[in-house]
Amino acid sequence: MKDNTSNQQRDAKSDTTSTLRFVDEFRDPTKARALIKEIENLLEQIPQATDRPLQIMEFCGGHTHTIFRYGIEQMLPGRIELVHGPGCPVCVLPMGRVDDCVALAERPDVIFTTFGDAMRVPGSKKSLLQAKADGADIRMVYSPLDALDLARKNPERQVIFFALGFETTMPSTALTVQQAEREGIDNFSLFCNHITTVPTIKAILDSPDMQLDGFLAPGHVSMVVGEAPFRFVAETYDKPIVITGFEPLDILQSLWMLIKQLAEGRCDVENQYSRVVPSGGNPAGLSAIHQVFELREFFEWRGLGSIDHSGVKMRDAYARFDAERKFSVPNLKIADPKSCQCGEVLKGVIRPWECKVFGGACTPETPLGALMVSSEGACAAYYNFGNLPELLAKRQHKQNKGAAA
Amino acid sequence: MCLGIPGQIVEIIDADDLMAKVDIAGVQRPVNIGCIVDAAHPPAQCIGDWVLVHVGFAMSRIDEDEAHKTLALLTELGEAQEELAAIKASKG
Ligand code: SF4
Repeated sequence: MKDNTSNQQRDAKSDTTSTLRFVDEFRDPTKARALIKEIENLLEQIPQATDRPLQIMEFCGGHTHTIFRYGIEQMLPGRIELVHGPGCPVCVLPMGRVDDCVALAERPDVIFTTFGDAMRVPGSKKSLLQAKADGADIRMVYSPLDALDLARKNPERQVIFFALGFETTMPSTALTVQQAEREGIDNFSLFCNHITTVPTIKAILDSPDMQLDGFLAPGHVSMVVGEAPFRFVAETYDKPIVITGFEPLDILQSLWMLIKQLAEGRCDVENQYSRVVPSGGNPAGLSAIHQVFELREFFEWRGLGSIDHSGVKMRDAYARFDAERKFSVPNLKIADPKSCQCGEVLKGVIRPWECKVFGGACTPETPLGALMVSSEGACAAYYNFGNLPELLAKRQHKQNKGAAA
Repeated sequence: MCLGIPGQIVEIIDADDLMAKVDIAGVQRPVNIGCIVDAAHPPAQCIGDWVLVHVGFAMSRIDEDEAHKTLALLTELGEAQEELAAIKASKG
């Protein structure tokens, strides 16, 4: 399969991929061609009611990344349009939350720990990276367990872990808090910013300017929550949905399954990623989530605004491990810069390259919006893997047309 | 953070804390296996298992049978197409 990653990156990776179980197998170009042929055949059976393309949303930023890295959009028949969803936890973090992180990190008694992805997300004054340069004790960790270890080794300091992500990462932070409780490590706490998938998909389906024909459901969220929580998409909203893995063949096979449902006039929850996703999810992970977390009434998303029940907080039983209760956080609502169009991109109303500052004031080196920060953000994906001069020319053309009209 | 990486469990470090050593593309690191063990599959039986590791936690045991089934289906799809193409060619 063609890989769009730069040569340098590829060389660094090539000696590892062969030992990763079921990675190469799901990148086989012959099978990819066969799937595309099947998709084309199926499309012939679906009458083209309007000149509108079939719009399929991949919710998850991990899927967006695979789609761009392997140029999957370009391989697909023109009648299929992929809409890139808001499923990148770093990209939807509102500016006020980043400010809260910086405020916590700048306390002299605190060691603030975070996944590397979150370091460059702009706050209203600075990012965590800038706060670190200004002297705050901020450490990048691979796992919440590494943060707990820092707390163990630095009993005189307060170690805060910036908990981020959908249901995929919730069990790991929940289990880490329970471990801290067992060991009585009281100088460890979470700044909890976990968000939930299902209410967000529902908000997208309820949004009036959406015209989606189907969904690729996030594979690793499903690995934890199972198939059942997605049933409402098929049953209440009459949209087909396929739980999808992260290799290029996974995406193509899921698109084929989805279009097959459309051609046969069905809407079901199907699971393409059965090698990783059991239909009941992960019972141990779910029970840890339910013991430690409960739903918030609402959570603020960058670009999307407030969505009911779309985040979790820590239960009262774990209050002493909750950084929000242990320390005071400013918790201010900060509007995104005026020039940002992240919200419209997240809702699929405009394409990333149509944003006025895309590739100009906003680049991965100097991101204005969070969609440019993470490699899973749609803007960064277009910037890194798209043909930049062509995209900018397209935007110019659209603007000229708009001005003439 | 969201993507995860496959690795193979090579050793149980601590059966009470549910920590195991996992080989991830040649690099070994301690990983929590709390989410993939239960009474039917205790830690001692995990050696050799392929798991998907997310931020230091094994979150799913990779089901080899399911992986092979998916791949076999894709292979069949390709073969069926070839056959169909051959039938069409012989007719023409
Ligand atoms: S280009 Fe930058 S500002 Fe515009 S939508 Fe993308 S991330 Fe937001």
